[in-house]
Amino acid sequence: MNELVDTIMHLALFLIFGGLAVLAALNLLLQRHPINSALSLVVVMMSLAVLYWSLGAEFLAAAQIIVYSGAVMVLFVFVIMLLNAGEEERTKGSKIASIAGFPGAVAIFCLLSFVFLSEGHKLGLSHLGGSLDEATSNISQISSLLFTDLLLPFEVTSILILVAILGAVVLAKKER
Amino acid sequence: MVPISYYLVLAAILFSLGIAAYLVKRNVITIFISIELMLNAVNLTFIAFAHQWNKLNGQIFVFFVMVVAAAEAAVGLAIIIALFRSRQTLNVDQVNLLKG
Repeated sequence: MNELVDTIMHLALFLIFGGLAVLAALNLLLQRHPINSALSLVVVMMSLAVLYWSLGAEFLAAAQIIVYSGAVMVLFVFVIMLLNAGEEERTKGSKIASIAGFPGAVAIFCLLSFVFLSEGHKLGLSHLGGSLDEATSNISQISSLLFTDLLLPFEVTSILILVAILGAVVLAKKER
Repeated sequence: MVPISYYLVLAAILFSLGIAAYLVKRNVITIFISIELMLNAVNLTFIAFAHQWNKLNGQIFVFFVMVVAAAEAAVGLAIIIALFRSRQTLNVDQVNLLKG
């Protein structure tokens, strides 16, 4: 009985936030103004954060909200407002996009969902809140892995970010 | 107790919508936004598989994807600003200097 309630609650959580993510992604596709697309992407990222949490990735759920919908999307909105981007006019688009692009996108979607749904019983079920290790929290597991085995890649990303900062400053600087 | 495959199908839907937005949109900022949508869809796949295997490697991978995406957004938006300075437009159809 208790398990049934758990299942229903988890399914409801998945349907609400998964549906919200799909609706916001559709809104992103259909809106003409860039600011509306950017704000729909914020909704997608927030609902994905809830789904990350339901899969037991608490640290990434927090990082998703802080880094993506906090920092990255603020950067996007800032640039849209700085450049005063108006409504885009719909043009025909490139020919190769309509010939190969859309059938390709539909084919990728059909292939992926066919594989996932037909092999779904082998993938098993997800448990709400994750079940990695009940004793230690998600963030301590990630940090112990990140600062022991993966220390070199972690340090290399700091160099990557440094290069990105310098590149952004140089590119956006006014030419004289 | 939701099947893992539902999460993966949701990621596939978001990824396909990202591809469609990438192809439909003519504004360079919106094209960039749809790339972010595709990155997020892939992150969901990583986390779903990390949950299924009970291992953290997928979550670590998502962490690095986030870092690279943040760096990419900073550089990409700087390129967009530089593009707008030189061409006075955000429409990708009018940025055709390399077209033969």
